[in-house]
Amino acid sequence: MKDMTYLSAVIATLGEEMEKDNRVFLMGQNVQGGGGYKTTAGLFERFGPDRVLDTPIAEDSSVGCALGAALTGMRPVLEILFCDFALRAMDQIANQAAKYRYMTGGQMAAPLVLWIHCGYGGSRGIHHSQSLESMFLHFPGLKVVLPSTPRDAKGLLKSTLRDGDPVIFMDHVSLFGKKGPVPEEEYTIPLGKAEVKREGKDVTIVAFSAMVHESLRAAETLAGEGIEAEVLDPRTLLPLDLSTIVGSVRKTNRLLLVEGGNKRGGVGADIISSIVEEAFDYLDFPPVRLAVPDTPLPFASQMEALLLPNATRIEEEVQRMLH
Amino acid sequence: MEISKKFIIDLYSKMLLSRRFEEKVIELYRAGLRGAYHLSIGQEAVAAGVCTALNADDYILSTHRGLGHFIAKGGNLKALMAEFMEKETGCNKGKGGSMHMVDPGVGMLGANGIVGSSIPIACGAALSAKLRGSRQVAVSFFGDGAANNGPCHESMNLAGVWKLPVVFVCENNLYQARVPSSRCASIQDLYLRAAGYGFPGYKVDGMDVIAVYERTREAVNRARNGGGPTLLECKTYYFRGHSEAESNPGLAYRSAEELESWEGKCPLQRARTALLQKGWGTEAELKEIDDRCRQTVEEAVSFAVSSPKAPAEWALLDVYYSEVG
Repeated sequence: MKDMTYLSAVIATLGEEMEKDNRVFLMGQNVQGGGGYKTTAGLFERFGPDRVLDTPIAEDSSVGCALGAALTGMRPVLEILFCDFALRAMDQIANQAAKYRYMTGGQMAAPLVLWIHCGYGGSRGIHHSQSLESMFLHFPGLKVVLPSTPRDAKGLLKSTLRDGDPVIFMDHVSLFGKKGPVPEEEYTIPLGKAEVKREGKDVTIVAFSAMVHESLRAAETLAGEGIEAEVLDPRTLLPLDLSTIVGSVRKTNRLLLVEGGNKRGGVGADIISSIVEEAFDYLDFPPVRLAVPDTPLPFASQMEALLLPNATRIEEEVQRMLH
Repeated sequence: MEISKKFIIDLYSKMLLSRRFEEKVIELYRAGLRGAYHLSIGQEAVAAGVCTALNADDYILSTHRGLGHFIAKGGNLKALMAEFMEKETGCNKGKGGSMHMVDPGVGMLGANGIVGSSIPIACGAALSAKLRGSRQVAVSFFGDGAANNGPCHESMNLAGVWKLPVVFVCENNLYQARVPSSRCASIQDLYLRAAGYGFPGYKVDGMDVIAVYERTREAVNRARNGGGPTLLECKTYYFRGHSEAESNPGLAYRSAEELESWEGKCPLQRARTALLQKGWGTEAELKEIDDRCRQTVEEAVSFAVSSPKAPAEWALLDVYYSEVG
């Protein structure tokens, strides 16, 4: 076990897998230079220009090109700096990559990885702050992975890089510098397996990516008030480990969904619908969604703070649900 | 170059097979075959000329008007017809229809329902070949409509800067889904755009199968030897409508005179005349070729008709490589 930042765990894992499998290669904007957020630091020096390729600022063709390479035996990893920019490539993501296997009747596979960052909460402005995971969930054929810790990032990235399907591997930029223990030995975390990050019996908080940490902070405060919140991180939204969420709700009888994306049509809307279908009789309180109200995320920090869920709001919602 | 008798007979046969297959599709469609059919009758010289210059393991990416490409690359006609008839033996197991047909075994990586979307995918196949050092080449077929959209521009820029082994084949048939190209682009010689991406572009007579073949062979050689991409703009014309849903051959948006003048350039007629003039084929020999093509098409139809319907439950399969809950 070694303490590492989230980003160093990701970079080390990419390096390990590129070492092991010469079909894996990295594409993106300034990946040779290590990236604006140092997301690919050292990989170009180690693997050279045939494995680490700088693309023009042209997301549509970059995704299409990654797809074409994936269909013909390679395993491309394409970094997209902010998920807002992925919207430039939604035809290739949703119409092409997601559907290629299906439309060929299973004859072809598209094992590409889109490594996409999201940036809410940092005054990055309207085009650098969206969290669009719920949109990706709408396209059968994609998988959607959102780690929250360095340990999970390593295990999930290994599974992602060895998967046979197009995978959206999303991470919030605030996670990059977060430190945590990472086993040095080889391990994978299967896609579709949730983890209880903190056990509790009074309420289930389902959160992913950066919101896991806000939820854990809230749970810590609530513990001081005698409330035991369970924090459950699905880790992958597609496939979703619904049975673990159902199990938790059966125990706590209360469900709070926290996410950094917009509320309408969000991840919470979807998961709560499933819980209502599967565990309605176990609910003692209407399930609650804590998400960004249906506005864009503005630049000014006081405005952005008004809209985003945080530990204090999570704590207040839980108190409301228990009284 | 010296064109042998056998070679030109082969090209002619390829074009004729495509023509006869598409004519059969018209007949079946009139009789109730489901689907949307954008036929390439009139454009056969481009598909045949280009694909003949490729190796069996080279890749092509195609468009909604892709039957000719599928056939010229050597795609399985029985599986193709079975696909159109929604059979379990179909080339996409009934999931694709005419706008998504694939035959990966012969490098036909897919038609596409979205105009322009297959162009970056072709670049990716070329990138893959380059990274693997396989010396394969990818051809991206697209139309004059796709030439004006983002993926096309991005792809050509990318292919130019990465020197990808890709040949861009623009089939300029003068109409972008029923709208004259002159309304959509300020130049009509689209090959000129290649200069802006830093690689060669050529205007090709798309009704002349030998001209298409020769230019393609040059471009393929350059690509295979690390010289990067080429844009070939093949001036061509389809003799049916935009799709078979139209009751007349596109006469709602183009004139009968124009159609007639292009029909006079029919690539099959042209090849046939050349064959007869050179004494490389007799009427009887050419009829024999035609009979063989018709027979191949009939065999495809019988195979498709006698195949079982694709089970409805297959709709639920193949979403993922590894199934998810």
